[in-house]
Amino acid sequence: MIEKYLRQSPLAHMGLGARSGDDTAKAEVRLAERPFFGFVNLRGPGADPAFLGAFKAASGYALPTEAGTSGGGGNTTALWLGPKEWAILDTRGDPDAGPRMADELRTALADFRVAVTDVSESRACIRISGPKARATLQKGCPLDLHPQAFRPGHCAHTRLAKATALIHLNGNDSAPEEAIFDVYTVRSFGEYVWLWLEDAGREYGVTARLS
Amino acid sequence: MTQSFRLPEGGVIDRGRRLGFRFDGRDYMGCAGDTLASALLANGVHLTGRSFKYHRPRGILSAGAEEPNALIQLGEGARCEPNLRATQIELFDGLIARSQNRWPSLDFDIGALNNRMSRLLPSGFYYKTFMWPASFWMKYEFIIRHSAGLGQAPEGRDPDRYDKTFAHCDVLVVGAGPSGLAAALAAGRGGARVILAEQDALLGGSLWSGNGETIDGAPARDWIEAARRELEAMAEVTILTRTLAYGYFDHNFVALVERVTDHLGGVAGKQPRQRLWKLRAKQVVLATGAIERPLVFAGNDRPGIMLADACRTYVNRFAVQPGKRAVVFTNNESGHLAALDMAAAGIDVAAIADLREDPMGPASERTEAAGLRVIPGSAVVGTKGERRVKQVRIARLNPDGTQALAAGENLDCDVLAMSGGWNPSLHLFSQSRGKVRFDSGLGCFVPGASAQAERSAGSCNGVFGLNDCLAQGFNAGKQAAQDAGIKAGSKGGAAPQAGNGDFLPARWIWEVPSGKPAGRAGKAFVDFQNDVTANDLKLALREGYESIEHVKRYTTTGMGTDQGKTSNVNAIGIVAQTQGREIPDVGVTTFRPPYTPVTFGVFAGRDVDDLLDPVRKTPIHDWHERAGAAFEDVGQWKRPWYFPQAGETMHQAVNREVKAARESAGIMDATTLGKIDIQGRDSAEFLNRVYTNAWTKLAVGRCRYGLMLNEAGMVIDDGVTARLGEFHYLMTTTSGNAAPVLAHLEEYLQTEWPDLDVHLTSVTDQFATVTISGPKARALLADVAGDMDLGSQALPHMGVGDGRVAGIAARIARISFTGEMSYEINVPASCGLALWQALMTAGAKYAIVPYGTEAMHVLRAEKGFIIVGQETDGSVTPIDLGMDWIVSKKKTDFIGKRSLTRPDIIKPDRKQLVGLLTGDPKEVLPEGAHLVEGAVGQPPVPMLGHVTSSYESPNLGRSIALAMIKGGRDRMGQSLQAPLADGRTIACTVTGPVFLDPEGTRLND
Repeated sequence: MIEKYLRQSPLAHMGLGARSGDDTAKAEVRLAERPFFGFVNLRGPGADPAFLGAFKAASGYALPTEAGTSGGGGNTTALWLGPKEWAILDTRGDPDAGPRMADELRTALADFRVAVTDVSESRACIRISGPKARATLQKGCPLDLHPQAFRPGHCAHTRLAKATALIHLNGNDSAPEEAIFDVYTVRSFGEYVWLWLEDAGREYGVTARLS
Repeated sequence: MTQSFRLPEGGVIDRGRRLGFRFDGRDYMGCAGDTLASALLANGVHLTGRSFKYHRPRGILSAGAEEPNALIQLGEGARCEPNLRATQIELFDGLIARSQNRWPSLDFDIGALNNRMSRLLPSGFYYKTFMWPASFWMKYEFIIRHSAGLGQAPEGRDPDRYDKTFAHCDVLVVGAGPSGLAAALAAGRGGARVILAEQDALLGGSLWSGNGETIDGAPARDWIEAARRELEAMAEVTILTRTLAYGYFDHNFVALVERVTDHLGGVAGKQPRQRLWKLRAKQVVLATGAIERPLVFAGNDRPGIMLADACRTYVNRFAVQPGKRAVVFTNNESGHLAALDMAAAGIDVAAIADLREDPMGPASERTEAAGLRVIPGSAVVGTKGERRVKQVRIARLNPDGTQALAAGENLDCDVLAMSGGWNPSLHLFSQSRGKVRFDSGLGCFVPGASAQAERSAGSCNGVFGLNDCLAQGFNAGKQAAQDAGIKAGSKGGAAPQAGNGDFLPARWIWEVPSGKPAGRAGKAFVDFQNDVTANDLKLALREGYESIEHVKRYTTTGMGTDQGKTSNVNAIGIVAQTQGREIPDVGVTTFRPPYTPVTFGVFAGRDVDDLLDPVRKTPIHDWHERAGAAFEDVGQWKRPWYFPQAGETMHQAVNREVKAARESAGIMDATTLGKIDIQGRDSAEFLNRVYTNAWTKLAVGRCRYGLMLNEAGMVIDDGVTARLGEFHYLMTTTSGNAAPVLAHLEEYLQTEWPDLDVHLTSVTDQFATVTISGPKARALLADVAGDMDLGSQALPHMGVGDGRVAGIAARIARISFTGEMSYEINVPASCGLALWQALMTAGAKYAIVPYGTEAMHVLRAEKGFIIVGQETDGSVTPIDLGMDWIVSKKKTDFIGKRSLTRPDIIKPDRKQLVGLLTGDPKEVLPEGAHLVEGAVGQPPVPMLGHVTSSYESPNLGRSIALAMIKGGRDRMGQSLQAPLADGRTIACTVTGPVFLDPEGTRLND
């Protein structure tokens, strides 16, 4: 396989390390690219107990069936995208996680009408945290991101400014001010979303980190 | 200038912070806490503008959003903003403002001639004037724009930054007067997510205009402060001051504009100038207050004639005397309150003319006790004073109020405070589609049935006593929180307590008689901003405009930025009186958003410059930039257009690139091609239905070209689809069409064919795609894909296989859009740059040349390959393109099949794709040029079609063109003419569309 250093993350060309304009200590919005991850799009009969059982048997946890929620176990997390669609994530930074996860799921779910598609390479992931992370995202997202409405573990496949985005609030019961959001967007929209977040967060102070 | 009308104490201004400002070129001083209006009045300046139509001198009428006269141009150059109300502009140091609608100066205005000629400017003037002749419209318009108009657009680009945000809450409270504050407290105490929006800089609303009110035993100001502190301490309450709720839309969507830094005078720092809030509220409490109504009498528009409550506001909030000697004209108790407060502020109150025969009420009693002169059953029937009111004439009225008796008495004054009752601010309620009803006791419209999850509280709901406002506001907040699903428990507390006062009783006389025949008395204005008088309304009625909606449009009353805030009810009252109808029968016109004007900048927000639209770049983009590529926009993508070398023109660069792809090897970044992953047992059947050709027999490891039609049989997309597995395909679409094609396919899957086991996933960005093309392509690929068998046996034309290229896992498809042997190499997107660099390095010995979209276009045109969107325009069928070979005759159905048999589709003279060769091989036809037969004679000349693609072909050593020509395939060898815009006519010959290698030998060696 190609040497990892030759692989370019979606925002590698932006020189993010050199962009941190604001005083890191004072900045209320922190941005970082999460460069390599596994992201598999899974379609399947969400109402079929046998399918849900097969997934659980293979992955060790249940696929979320409630809108806007996630579930996880072991090394992966499943995000609900629709009644018949999920994103299966492995966020440990392994650039080859996607194909491996896709192979495993294809084998485990071969008996069902499913589609397993590795889309890891087609997504950029921007992590946004800090006390004003919610306020910054809310500027471009029509859904209610208030801590009472959008809680840790929640996810939404929605709109962020003029891009499609999958927003995932990490953690289980972390305090709202410590909220850490992962924003997945189509790879070629990554630069736009980053620039948009920098601009939207500007009044709060933005600092950029490499990861 | 000194602030000679400033009171020595009182008000909520900071006398220690003096602010300098300039109005119409003169310098003045004001205080922190002033508005521009209060600061001008503190300096004795009333004259602030000229009226819209008659250019009459106009002064400050009000102290709030309803101001129709004092419209101001604020700032200079790119930062100037027109049509702001001086009553709402917070003063800052260095503020520069100009009056509007005057020329050459405010004091001497040439347009005031209109006033003298006002008989020539009746209602409906525009309609009447511009009926005939039509060609005069441009001239009239120029003159009108020059002499009338409202303010000027800023010069240059807006230097400020604007923010936009979505927001959600349980309870939105609009207005932070006593009712709104009580509502916010009640809702907030229960734990609801509350947004309290107040257009003013201060919370408290009308409480600042009053004098001596107490709430819960404390002075009102202390109660406001306590309420503010309590609300600020609530985690789920957001207080937005300087925030206007300007529009109320469906599903409780309310739009607000927050003026974040306007009051700092352009010192925005990192903060935006303004912020647009796109708010979805579960419940809305409207506590928007009420606006005092002017009285309609002769000469009621002179500077110095003000609303009575505005006089109170200037005295009590801003510590400004609106004049030194006042007359009050009222039909209700409010005028008496103004008289009392002005007298207490040392203003000589000459008299109170009260339309009521027997004024009584709590305020009247106090004016009487204070020894102020009250003239009951009387009216102001005329005024004098050019740039400021100097004198008013007061006369007794007959018992039914229809006539003035005797000549009356002249009183000198420099301010006239008038009160004609109160109008609840119903604008948002009306925008929410709530129905208003007329309350004859209150003499105003009040909210009726709600249309959305909304309730009104306080004076906007026709409740004017302070205690009643507090109680209703508190209850509304509590109920709203409950209806939003908040379980409050017992934390709510009780409603604040205060005394009650009212403006009733009142006497309604919609048009005050003047004692002179109509036309001889001074003008009695109904709508100050639009310069509409009582006589204009009556003229409209005489001319047959009976519906209030027609009267509104014909006279323009209640229109424009003002939206009838002070004029609406008076106009309806006068119409009702003239027609002898009841006000509810006349009805009410519609209030339109915005409540007050909103600047365009806030709608643009940050969607400007780099963020106007997403810019999509491929993983190889940086290399192209370093190589000096010129880029072309394809949808949102940036694609290399051509790669000029030092000193090369575009023409030279493209020719070099085109030749290299035919003679050695070219390399192109094709990442932007749309890619759709198709999985499922019915995938082949699905492809059969969405493409015109047959897919069932396509073997695994093979590709096929497909044309996609819409229901009308027109070509909408094309591309190559590869079969990767038994139930697995990869479709490619044109770059700009990826999203629409996916939406088209999903729509069919979800609505027409839900039974099919097919799933579609966009994988456009998953792969970086690099195409190498040319006679050396295979040799080059062999050098870097060592283990792969690239022989035509293993990987024939239209074959696809997996392997490694430069160590990278790759999918290689041998497909060609150039007519040369080509390989399309797909690798994970993160490896795209590495792949490109490896191919460039390995390709050096084959003289590899990167080529852009322009060279690609030339190469494919040499082969007669179409580009969807260039040869096609949504009205072109496969038959028109000469591509019958790709339309299956055997398939029972596919999208568009039925349409291909319609008579219009099969008629012989449809435009068909052909090639064109110019007589002069050097001449390149312009794309879009029309083609005609024979010599160009007198128009009309029948058009045969147009040039769709046209290039110089370096490989053929001449120009080539593709065109869509009527009956083109029957015209082979025919000579046609292309008349150009520059007067020349170019002769050309119709040929087949394939100019190079028609047998395809270069593909299939």
